[in-house]
Amino acid sequence: MSAIQSTAERPVFGSITLKAVMALTGIVLYGFVFVHMVGNIQLYQGPEKINGYAAFLKSVPPLLWGTRITLLAAVLLHALAAFTLWRRNLAARPVGYAHQSFQAAGITSRTMYWTGPVIALFVIYHLLHFTLGSAHSQFSHTDVYTNVVVGFSNVWVSGFYVLAMLALGFHLFHGGFSLFQTLGLRTPKYEKPIKLVLAVLCTVIVVVNVSFPIAVLAGLVK
Amino acid sequence: MSGSKDINIKLRIWRQKGPGTKGGLVSYDVPGVSTDSSFLEMLDLVNERLMEKGDEPIAIDHDCREGICGACSLVINGVPHGPRAATTTCQLHMRSFHEGQTITVEPWMAKAFPVIKDLIVDRSAYDRIIAAGGFVSVNTGVGVDANAIPVPKENAELAMDAAACIGCGACAAACPNASAMLFVGAKVSHLGLLPQGQPERQERVLKMVEQMDAEGFGGCTNMGECEAACPKEIKLEVIARMNRDYIGAKVTKRPKGADKGGGA
Ligand code: HEM
Ligand code: SF4
Ligand code: FES
Repeated sequence: MSAIQSTAERPVFGSITLKAVMALTGIVLYGFVFVHMVGNIQLYQGPEKINGYAAFLKSVPPLLWGTRITLLAAVLLHALAAFTLWRRNLAARPVGYAHQSFQAAGITSRTMYWTGPVIALFVIYHLLHFTLGSAHSQFSHTDVYTNVVVGFSNVWVSGFYVLAMLALGFHLFHGGFSLFQTLGLRTPKYEKPIKLVLAVLCTVIVVVNVSFPIAVLAGLVK
Repeated sequence: MSGSKDINIKLRIWRQKGPGTKGGLVSYDVPGVSTDSSFLEMLDLVNERLMEKGDEPIAIDHDCREGICGACSLVINGVPHGPRAATTTCQLHMRSFHEGQTITVEPWMAKAFPVIKDLIVDRSAYDRIIAAGGFVSVNTGVGVDANAIPVPKENAELAMDAAACIGCGACAAACPNASAMLFVGAKVSHLGLLPQGQPERQERVLKMVEQMDAEGFGGCTNMGECEAACPKEIKLEVIARMNRDYIGAKVTKRPKGADKGGGA
């Protein structure tokens, strides 16, 4: 058994490179999630307000399509890097432990490879539901307000949205922390403040987004 | 602490004939184990009894038995090096266990650490990562005066903390992705924090990470299991430093043959 010589081949994209891709695309997606949430609060200001906002977003086609293409590329790269790393991680332990006890890993870190795909499914459904409009028959390309009310009146649809937002909150809490570590920005000095800010941010993202379907079901938005 | 007593335990131990063969857990009843004995002494006792019966003893890796060599690689009840924090398997005592307890003992499980026999794995993947760049090159000749090169106190201490790594492999064994990044991060930090490590700093991190990937270790998902299992209390911070150095080196390292610098 020779200790020094290595016949193994290195992968084209190193693990840290792939993680950096996930972290950078994660920042883009984080920004989108936040802006999207803030914009949607206008739902509570009535149909004119939110419909006007939607029309404004679509008023400059190059900007709209530039954003859409950037986001699509970010999601695809993020998911592709995740998939590649996931395959490698599985291959790295072909024989598992009969008994493995976790000492440090929390629920959010252990569920990243579940919450990620749940978000992916959600994004596909969400686009069919509110952007392309192929998920229900009364869809209108200009009346966003009515689309939301009609869409969320279905308990099953609303339930799925709530579930997906919880997954998103979990994903963004560990993801947010991970991205500092991946990019080498994590230091003992900022560790606690970062965790605190992320906990507040993720709670806000979940609560505000979940409030939309709940408000429709409760008859507060109709 | 109360004095020594004898306890009866049940072991479930991974037995595997050789590399590439199928292994599995085998149960052994072990009566009369002194709580003062170490975990390895307990296994010595089991092996003596097996040999008396003419059975094949359990192959275990160990060397110094004083917590410094990193050879004693056992996953005990699902945790590399067992239940005590900051303690290698050889420094673990049977007083950490109780009467009638069932204890599961498995080898490090990772593609990059193939089992040689029973509980012994081949950890030379870590040696190859070191050989790829985990060193500093020095000229032979006259010894340099002590303190000739100034080192900031904080860097000296952080480098010493990172240098405490004994290369045992518990980090990769504990990691759900079998990632070796705590080990590689410790070595990259140890040398990269010191002035003597600067000339090869970029080469080092690129080559060590490349070798780590080539060996088939997984990637980090920041679960922190490595840090919890490490007998030398290496901190996750070393992985952040390695990532920082790696990304920095990838972005700024000049390609071979690039023309000399200068303004644009
Ligand atoms: C709104 C969409 C999303 C956002 C904002 C987001 C954000 C993030 C961030 C910031 C990270 C941390 C990157 C790092 O490790 O440094 C991350 C990691 C990850 N994401 Fe996403 N992500 C999203 C969607 C997805 C999707 C659709 C998938 C799967 C198909 C996915 C799978 C993963 C996985 C597996 C990790 C790695 C977990 C880890 O390293 O601990 N994500 N995500
Ligand atoms: S970092 Fe800790 S667990 Fe990993 S090889 Fe070094 S001493 Fe062992
Ligand atoms: S036998 Fe050397 S560290 Fe345990």
